Amino acid sequence: MTSMPLAEQGVAFLAGLVLLTSFVLLSQTRLVPVIYACAIQGMCVALVALLRGIVDGRGELLVSALLTFALKGLCIPWMLDRQLDRLALHRSAEVLDHQGLVLFSGAALVVFSYWVVLPLAQMASSIHGSVIMVSLAVVLLGLLMMVVRHQAMAQVVGFMAMENGLFLAAVAATGGMPLVVELGIAFDVLLAMVLFGIFFLHIRENIDSMDVDRLSALTEESGVVEKQWP
Amino acid sequence: MAMSLWLAVLIPGAAAILLAFHRQHQAQINLWASALACIAALLAVLGPAHAGTVLMLDAINKPFLLTTGFITLTVALSCPYFLEPAGKGGAALFYPLFQAFSCTMQLALACSNIGILWVALEGATLATVLLVAFNRTPQAVEAAWKYFVLCGVGIAQALFGTVLVAFAAHQALDDPQQAMNWPALHAAASHLDPTVMGIAFVFCLVGYGTKAGLVPLHQWLPDAYSAAIAPLLAMLSGTLLNVALYALLRIKMLTDAALATSASHDIPNMLLLAFGLASTLLAALLLLRQRDIKRLFGYSSIEHMGIATFALGLGTPLATFAALLHLLCHGLGKAALFIIVGAVTRKAGSRSTERIRGLLHLDPRLGWAFMAAAAAMAGLPPFGLFVSELLILTSAAAHQPWLAASLALCMVIAFAALLRQVQPMVLGEAPAATTMQTKETIALWPSWLQLGLVVILGLLMPPPILHVLQNAAIRISIPLP
Repeated sequence: MTSMPLAEQGVAFLAGLVLLTSFVLLSQTRLVPVIYACAIQGMCVALVALLRGIVDGRGELLVSALLTFALKGLCIPWMLDRQLDRLALHRSAEVLDHQGLVLFSGAALVVFSYWVVLPLAQMASSIHGSVIMVSLAVVLLGLLMMVVRHQAMAQVVGFMAMENGLFLAAVAATGGMPLVVELGIAFDVLLAMVLFGIFFLHIRENIDSMDVDRLSALTEESGVVEKQWP
Repeated sequence: MAMSLWLAVLIPGAAAILLAFHRQHQAQINLWASALACIAALLAVLGPAHAGTVLMLDAINKPFLLTTGFITLTVALSCPYFLEPAGKGGAALFYPLFQAFSCTMQLALACSNIGILWVALEGATLATVLLVAFNRTPQAVEAAWKYFVLCGVGIAQALFGTVLVAFAAHQALDDPQQAMNWPALHAAASHLDPTVMGIAFVFCLVGYGTKAGLVPLHQWLPDAYSAAIAPLLAMLSGTLLNVALYALLRIKMLTDAALATSASHDIPNMLLLAFGLASTLLAALLLLRQRDIKRLFGYSSIEHMGIATFALGLGTPLATFAALLHLLCHGLGKAALFIIVGAVTRKAGSRSTERIRGLLHLDPRLGWAFMAAAAAMAGLPPFGLFVSELLILTSAAAHQPWLAASLALCMVIAFAALLRQVQPMVLGEAPAATTMQTKETIALWPSWLQLGLVVILGLLMPPPILHVLQNAAIRISIPLP
C-alpha cells in the first residue's frame, strides 16, 4: 500500500467513496439528500474513468468519463430534482423498516461480492481487482435499495446506483467499453429516466401517492379486472 | 448480403422516427415498413454469411431473424383492428413504439457486439413499457411499473455478465478492440478463463433469463400480459422471449468452450436444465387456476420457454435442433393465438375464462381459429410443437431418464389444464344474454397463415428450413475451437 502510485491511490479513494455513498443511499430517509448522494456517486465513478483514461492514455475513455459526469453527475440528478418540485415531494421522508437489518445485509452483500470476485481480482492488474469487487457490491446494494424502498423515486435512484456500479465495473475490468456501446448505454439510461418521469405522473394519478407498495391490485388471487380494451 | 441485413435493422428504425412525427396513414406506413423489413431479412438470410464490425449473419441467427421479421409483418396486419377503440391518440403512441421495438429485436439478433446486444434488449424494454401501460388503468400502470423495474434490475445483471466476458476476452485476445465482438470471441472461446466465464454465465443467465420469463424470475410476465393489448402480446411472446433465449444461447456456447477442460464443465447445462424444469413445472401447475385468459396464455408461454431451455440444457445436437424448432413453432403459434385471443375478448366483452362461453356458437369463424391455436399450444399432433416436444422427450430419455419422466409429467399436466380451460370456452353453451360487443370483424387469414406454417413445420419440414435449423443446431452443439 505504501508504494502505490498516486493515480492508483486516487482510484482506491474514489472507489471507497462510491461504496460509502451506496450505504448513504440505503439509510437516508429524505429524498433530497438521496438525490445528492446519487449525484456524488455518479461524479466519483466518472472521475475513476477519467483517472484511468489519463493513466492509460486512452482518449475514448476520457470522452465516456465526461459523458458520464454530465449525465449521471449533473443531468439526471437535476431531472429527478425537478420531478420532486413538480410532485411537491421536497419535504417528504420515508419510514424505513428494519434499518439495522438492512444495513447489516448491505455489509453482508459487500463480503459476498468480495468472495465472488476473488478469483478475478487475482487476475486483474493491481488495484483494479478490488475496484471490480466494489462495483459488484454497488450493483447489489442498488438492488437491495430497490427491494427495501417503497417510494417510487427512491427505487429509481436505486436503479441509477446499479448503473453507476456497472459503469465502474466496465472501467475497472476492461478499461471501458467501446464508445459505441457506451453511447448506447447512456442513451438507454437517459430514455429510462424520461420514462420514469412519465410513470411518476401515472402512478400519482392512479393511487394518489408515490408509495409503490400500494400498487398491489395484480396478484395470483385477484379476479379479472374488466373494462379494458382487448 | 450485408446491405439487406442493414436494411432489416434500419427500416424499422427509420419508420419509428417517421411515425413519431407523421400522423397520417400511420397504419399503412407501419404495414409497409414491416413488409420491407421482412423482405430485407429474407434476402439477408438467403445470402452468404457475413461478419462485420457492427452486424453479422451466421448459422445461428438466421432462423431467428427470419421468424422475427415474419411475425412482425403478420402482427402489423391486425394492428388497426385493435387500435380502433383507442382513437387517434392511441395510434400515434402505438405505431412508433411498435416499429422501435421491431428495430431493437432485429438489432439484437443481427449485431456482432455483445454490448450492443445488451443495449438492444434494454431498448426493447423501454420501447414496450409505455405500451404495457397503454390502457392507463391502475392495473395497467402497476403491471408496467413491475415490468420496468424487474426487467431493468434483471438486465443490469446481464450487463455485469457482459463486462466479465469482455474482461476474460481482454486477457485472452491480442487485440482488445475485438473483446466484445462475437466472431472474435468464438475464435478464441477455448482460451477464455474458465472461472471468469463461469461467473459471467451465471450473471447472464439471471439477466436474460428474466427477459425470457424463466422461473423464479418470471414475476413480471403474467402481470404484464394481463394488462397489455393483443398485438403487443403477440410481439412479446413471438419475438422478445425468443431473442432473450438467443442471447443466453450465445453466451452459453462461449462458456461451454471455456469450461471444456475444467472439472465443472457441465454446470451451464445443469443450470439450464434446472431453470427449464422449474419453469415448466410451475407454469403447468398454475395454468388451471388462471381466470384471466391473457394471464392463462402468459403462463403457457412460460411453460414453453421452460421446455426450450430444458432442451438447450441437454446440449446434444438433436435436443438443440428440437429446441430451435420449438422456439420457432411457439413464436409463430403464440403470435397467432394472442391476436385471436384479443379478437375473442373484444367480441365477448370479457377477459374472464368463466364468462367466455360457446365461441363456436357465437362466432364459428373465431371459435375454430381459437380452438386450432389453443390446440397448437397444447402440443396436439398435426402441429410442430408436438414434434419438437417428442424430440425433446426422446433425446432427454436417452441421457437423463429421470428428468425426461418429470418433464413428460409436466407436459401432461399442462396439456390437461389447457384443454380443461379452453374446452368450455369453445364448446360450452353460450349464455343467452350475450350480445356481440362489436360488429367489426378481424381478418383472420394472417393467423391462419401462421398456424398453417406451424402445421407444415410439424408434418413436412421443407428441406430449406430443415437445412437452416440443422446448420444452426450443429453450430450450437459442436464445441467451439
